Amino acid sequence: MYIYDEYDHTILKQRVAQFRDQTRRYLEGSLSEQKFLPLRLQNGLYVQRLAPMLRINVPYGMLNTTQLRRLARITRDYDKGYCHVSTRQNIQFNWPALERVPDILQELSEVEMHGTQSSGNCVRNITSDQFAGVAPDEIIDPRPYCEIIRQWASFHPEFAFLPRKFKIAISGSVSDRAAIAIHDIGLQLVKNEAGEIGFKVMVGGGLGRTPVIASVIREFLPEAHILTYIESIIRVYNLHGRRDNKFKARIKILVRAMTPEAFAEAVEQDWAHIKDSPSTLRPEDITRAKAFFTEPAYETIDDAAAQTQLDTLRADNIAFGKWLTRNVRAHRVPGYASVTLSLKPTGIAPGDITDTQLETIAELADEYCFSEVRTTHEQNIVLADVKKSDLFSVWQAAKKAGFATPNIGTLTDIICCPGGDFCSLANAKSIPIAEAIQRQFSDLDYVYDLGDLDVNISGCMNACGHHHVGHIGVLGVDKKGEEWYQVMLGGNSGNSASLAKVLGPAFSAEQMPSVVQNVVDTYLEHRNEEELFIDTYNRIGLTPFKERVYAKAS
Amino acid sequence: MPKLVKDGVIVDDQWQVLPKPEADESLNVPAGQFIVPLSVWLAQQDKLQARDDIGVWLDADEAAEQIGAKANTLPVIAVNFPTFMDGRAFSTARLLRERFGFTGELRAIGDFMRDQLCYLSRCGVNAFQFADAELDLTEEVKSLNDFTEYYQACVNQPIPLFRRRNP
Ligand code: SF4
Repeated sequence: MYIYDEYDHTILKQRVAQFRDQTRRYLEGSLSEQKFLPLRLQNGLYVQRLAPMLRINVPYGMLNTTQLRRLARITRDYDKGYCHVSTRQNIQFNWPALERVPDILQELSEVEMHGTQSSGNCVRNITSDQFAGVAPDEIIDPRPYCEIIRQWASFHPEFAFLPRKFKIAISGSVSDRAAIAIHDIGLQLVKNEAGEIGFKVMVGGGLGRTPVIASVIREFLPEAHILTYIESIIRVYNLHGRRDNKFKARIKILVRAMTPEAFAEAVEQDWAHIKDSPSTLRPEDITRAKAFFTEPAYETIDDAAAQTQLDTLRADNIAFGKWLTRNVRAHRVPGYASVTLSLKPTGIAPGDITDTQLETIAELADEYCFSEVRTTHEQNIVLADVKKSDLFSVWQAAKKAGFATPNIGTLTDIICCPGGDFCSLANAKSIPIAEAIQRQFSDLDYVYDLGDLDVNISGCMNACGHHHVGHIGVLGVDKKGEEWYQVMLGGNSGNSASLAKVLGPAFSAEQMPSVVQNVVDTYLEHRNEEELFIDTYNRIGLTPFKERVYAKAS
Repeated sequence: MPKLVKDGVIVDDQWQVLPKPEADESLNVPAGQFIVPLSVWLAQQDKLQARDDIGVWLDADEAAEQIGAKANTLPVIAVNFPTFMDGRAFSTARLLRERFGFTGELRAIGDFMRDQLCYLSRCGVNAFQFADAELDLTEEVKSLNDFTEYYQACVNQPIPLFRRRNP
């Protein structure tokens, strides 16, 4: 994990001091509401429906246990004893008092955390694969590159007032778990025929009102040039992106208006001027970044023996077996596995976590996982490096703490934005819909048999719940002041990213559980053996679902 | 005389900024030190380029390239903020310095705010003409040094931190 040095600490201290002074001037009345707005946003502070919301960056999802404990303390001392894991791997506090935010940021800075650029029209937190460094299908560990780009983007003087927000995601493995195709810049680490490392560069993906899958503008960019190339992309966007209409201001609109080819050409032209400037990475710069992400002290383990032992336990304990199947995945090091702790038990807002739960996770990570955890964009928490021989103990501890619901990747592992309960932009509530769906599908065995099924819920078109890329997507809409829900099917966020298609007219909140049930029933009727929902959908299309859902509804 | 923050100190502003002329009005630039709109400068290049007391200002939608290689014939170039949320001037300023090698006074005008001074100066802006004459510039100028260390290369520090850390 990256460790701050004097430089990082100095910069972050200066940031906290800067924001403390800005907050003071605002409270005193010498800084207007209007001008304070972008300044507080760039420190993560929103003013929400009920109270401010403070978003804290978790760079590419990595947290150590010191940080977890500090977050726990902050939720206790400054908030209501819980926080929220967002769909961009960040942590959100829902009830901090504005005048205390500088103190919160100070507390965070002591553990190398902050809210810098977690909101506002700037380059946001860089996101990545929660299984970076441990996934068996990894080509190159993306984290050193994430860190290099994170530092470059932090406090970037030229790009703090972009037309709109700007999100970058990096994937380093064969299967894309970072949803890079729906980001403003999506970077896929690749090796060329000569074995050199580089990036496939995509731009202009995004959800929101106009969902778009990103276009590839360069098949292979050598790693040395990543910073200058990104600089050129963002400069073209900063100078030419639309500023007259908030809804047309994202880079995807510019790329589409110019065409991806013309956009790429503009980037190349700018880049020609800075290509070999000092921001070009030397091999030693990459080596230095990689040195922060070396392997933890793995033991040499006889994998076959560990597996046999696990299989015996599994045979004796069905519940443990189900948890192994859903919540545990393969690790590239023999004898190890990665565990996902589910933050989606029924009845709790997806991604919410209390102070004591944070501390429990810290204890688990200290004991079983080299004192590190990761947040996921599916709003769960991962223990990436657990010995197979410890899995049973981890399961028991997780079960006791309420994190062992064996639902990872299933219908009840719902991705859900804060929605109308918290968010001032919402058209409709989202959390109660997630809960109603979870209750409808309370039979764990049934859910388990359905297999992978992503349900994504957003409370408005801003699509924080990524509804366009859910196998089943739900969007809150406002119809004459009432909350309605549009259902869409067939989205996918991985390698074969696709956007969901709208099923038909919207439903009321009460109808939603039975609508989802009808969708699932249609799937089961047409399913071939173990076929996954998305495959069945792709085979049979929207019509059978539509017929069933609306036949019943009318 | 109106005041200006230049190179970190408060000085008298010797220049006057001329607003853009109405649609088909042709502007007559009187004698004296004037910063004229780009359109005026382009239309009257022959006349104005002979003078050494003429600067040019770029609006947010006007590009550094439109001055381009002629930048260094000008004593001052200004970049305008129609609103403080419009960040194009940051790129324009940087391009004037880095791409066109402009060494004269680079001034921010319009609706920028003090909390942007540090980043603007990193992008090469060395003079700040605040729109609000009532402001206490001794207060405003404090934000110029919000940061003293930086990660990335920019006009005021062309070597990125990763190279300075690992020379
Ligand atoms: S999708 Fe809309 S309602 Fe949900 S968190 Fe985002 S802005 Fe708020």
